[in-house]
Amino acid sequence: MNCTDECRKIYVDNAATTKMSKTAINAMLPYMDGVYGNPSSLHSVGQKANEALVSARERIAKCLGCTAREITFTSGGSEADNQAIISAAKLGEKKGKKHIVSTAFEHHAVLHTLEKLKKEGFEITLLDVHENGLVNAEQVKAAIRPDTCLVTVMYANNEIGTVQPIKEIGAVCREKGVVFHTDAVQAAGHLHIDVQDQNIDMLSLSAHKFHGPKGIGVLYAKKGIVLANLIDGGAQERGKRAGTENIPAIMGMAAALEEACENIDQNAKKLTALRDKLIAGLSEIPHSILNGDAKQRLPGNVNFCFEGIEGESLLLLLDDKGVYASSGSACTSGSLDPSHVLLAIGRVHDIAHGSLRLTLSEENTDEEIEYTIRAVKDVVEYLRGISPIWRDLTEGKKEFIIK
Amino acid sequence: MALYSEKVMDHFRNPRHVGVIEDADGVGEVGNAKCGDIMKIYLKIKDNIIEDVKFETFGCGSAIASSSMATELIKGKPVSEALELTNKAVVEALDGLPAHKLHCSVLAEEAIKAALKDYYDKNGIEYDHTLFPDCASCGHCCDTK
Repeated sequence: MNCTDECRKIYVDNAATTKMSKTAINAMLPYMDGVYGNPSSLHSVGQKANEALVSARERIAKCLGCTAREITFTSGGSEADNQAIISAAKLGEKKGKKHIVSTAFEHHAVLHTLEKLKKEGFEITLLDVHENGLVNAEQVKAAIRPDTCLVTVMYANNEIGTVQPIKEIGAVCREKGVVFHTDAVQAAGHLHIDVQDQNIDMLSLSAHKFHGPKGIGVLYAKKGIVLANLIDGGAQERGKRAGTENIPAIMGMAAALEEACENIDQNAKKLTALRDKLIAGLSEIPHSILNGDAKQRLPGNVNFCFEGIEGESLLLLLDDKGVYASSGSACTSGSLDPSHVLLAIGRVHDIAHGSLRLTLSEENTDEEIEYTIRAVKDVVEYLRGISPIWRDLTEGKKEFIIK
Repeated sequence: MALYSEKVMDHFRNPRHVGVIEDADGVGEVGNAKCGDIMKIYLKIKDNIIEDVKFETFGCGSAIASSSMATELIKGKPVSEALELTNKAVVEALDGLPAHKLHCSVLAEEAIKAALKDYYDKNGIEYDHTLFPDCASCGHCCDTK
């Protein structure tokens, strides 16, 4: 497409959410006007909806390598994370096991749930994720105690995109007889998942991260793990999650996941090339640094810190140039502290404020990446030009943190 | 973005009086890189009038807009008037700021005051110390947080 700079719209915030695919939208429509029945109803319209529900559950199970009985539909990744952790904690508590192993850079849906459990007397060990944003199975092994009831480690980090050795961590948990949960919200539909092969006992995913609708997700729980209810009421989801099923969203999610999994290798290949081009381009900016391991990362994730500038103003000026991105700066979150993920990999506050996350989708083009590199370079240079910190750094009054 | 008023976005996109005054009569710097906000104000003062003012800011959109607006509000004014600049006046002139961004306007007020204090100190002019922020006890500059 020929486009002047004024009309550009480059969406590079796909870790926040994705545009819905036509496949997902089309899969939803019949369940809004035709088959609008409640799957719990006995009449034909209800039973048709129920058939759709059964089939969606099977199709999703197939994508994850589990059985349909092991799939519970939730309102999204956060609910799935909450339910997984609380269920494992309750099971552990019954056996007198009140220790949980996790990492310092989990999503807040995990960390805040763990904090809640801590107040209820659980002991939480958060593993160091190192400067490259990776944990290893040895660390997990060393942290597991006789009273450990759960290990929860995210599949891929939502900010810096680093991909954890899930299969190896799962193997350690199996060996030690500890339940293993992974928050796969950023991974599902983008990386191959096989819960059996990867020794995963529980897994959370969210449809809107792979071109499905918002407000729907999945909790996979291996047969034998009894889930604790977060929502009580009717007998939906085998009595473990009350509330009339969101059939259109579930159908959209099943279609989106199938489509993503069918194209997973070709999408990854395309995105990895774009990602590496973007990383190479942004690395040319002096005193910048890539956050997270360069190779063990999601195909579409790029995250940088630029010294001497602040992330929110960077985002606003990129927005003016038609580039839609995200930052771990405190100013964008409304809190005083910058991203806990960047702090966890050892970035100090001063440079964590100057972070930029660009997360790609299959729709992004080579030309868009080139434009984005130019736009980021221009904005960083401009903001450094009006920054008193940058002046002090370049005049030698202060030492650069990023060499 | 709807986060900010048009006025804020205008001053953010086209900040007034950005830069440095090499032979400034007063320089004030407030804030802390750790918290993501630093403002530096340079003043040129002649016959008790603020002849010129420049700023440099490291910070979010509202920090840059607040510094820009604060310099607009004091340029050409007598020193006594500049001393009376409040963060509230900055916020009003910007058509408002989101609640969690109000500290940016406070920082702008303090940066101006810090520069004026520097001017007084450099020129041996007597002043009322209570008019100036006490950085050790004030949380706005983040040092105490």
